Amino acid sequence: MVLLKLFWSFLQIGLLSFGGGMAALPLIQNQVVDLHGWITLKEYTDLITIAEMTPGPIGINAAAFVGVRIAGVPGSIIATVGCVLPPFLIVLLLVRLYLKYKNLSAVQGALSGIRPAVTGLIASAALTILILILWGENGFSTNLESLNFVAFILFAASLIVLRKWKPNPIFIILGSGIVGGAIYLLL
Amino acid sequence: MEKRKSIYRKLFSSTFYISAFTFGGGYVIIPLMKKKFVEGLKWIEEDEMLNLIAIAQSSPGPIAVNTSVLIGYNVAGLVGALVSLWATILPPMITLSVISMFYSAFIKNAVISAIMKGMQAGVAAVITDAVLNLGSNVAKKKELISVLIMLIAFIMTFFLKVNVVLIILFGGLIGTLKVVLHERRNKGGGE
Repeated sequence: MVLLKLFWSFLQIGLLSFGGGMAALPLIQNQVVDLHGWITLKEYTDLITIAEMTPGPIGINAAAFVGVRIAGVPGSIIATVGCVLPPFLIVLLLVRLYLKYKNLSAVQGALSGIRPAVTGLIASAALTILILILWGENGFSTNLESLNFVAFILFAASLIVLRKWKPNPIFIILGSGIVGGAIYLLL
Repeated sequence: MEKRKSIYRKLFSSTFYISAFTFGGGYVIIPLMKKKFVEGLKWIEEDEMLNLIAIAQSSPGPIAVNTSVLIGYNVAGLVGALVSLWATILPPMITLSVISMFYSAFIKNAVISAIMKGMQAGVAAVITDAVLNLGSNVAKKKELISVLIMLIAFIMTFFLKVNVVLIILFGGLIGTLKVVLHERRNKGGGE
């Protein structure tokens, strides 16, 4: 019964969260904290912190985290599947329409306008993340004291290496984790 | 048959790897996927990839999952879509299930949080690099309208927090208008 409730809750989260992770946050909170009381608000904020530091989209992280607490490993699986089932079906439907009509000139035109728009969206999200990492939660400021210098130097060094030698990004992420981790622990 | 199986295996391992090492949301994973499937494996063209990302954003659900399902479908049909779906959700599902069991110890571990903090700076660099590549590709085509759409979309999301779906619709509308006006003008010229 509780498995069914989990499935139904995360099915709704998956179906209604348009616009990525941040858009899903209020929906998740509504379902797991307010409606069902599966975790407390404090645990929910911890969950967001953990989600920021671990791989994967927040929706899946929340599904697995809450699922395990409520019903063990089966709960985690059921909640995760519930969360991805609606988008999986919708996305396949959309891509079939896209493949069928993509050669029409109007559709081609629409896509030629959508592509630069998507690039703009990605740039905006990237800048948001960059500001969060370099300045923290208070946001961008011209005051040098609020800039995280360790993060800034790691970021600049990583970017130079990436632009110049084009290594696999995974190495950059792991490398800055090791170097940065050591610096943060020593400071 | 053997060839199909090896495609599935490659699809699963690439997607699993990216999903397991990507911290943060969809906008972190998309540049990595683009690098792997467009530049690395050359399974998908850059324009096609941007179209897929637009579809992923127009439908509900996590963008990372949607994008990888679309890549899987594009590369190897319905089975491909299922393969990449599982490859994307397994790493976070396993990680979070384990963390959920030990979560209070995890949150307080100084070494883990220091490494995570260091990794974030690397993640920021990877995203910035990808954005610079994407932006210069738009600029290289030397179409004023595309550059304008890109800038307006950026301003609308970053400063004005306009809904993503509306911005995609806006881009689509301008693009359609451009083609329709162009065709009409060509017809007029021919007569």
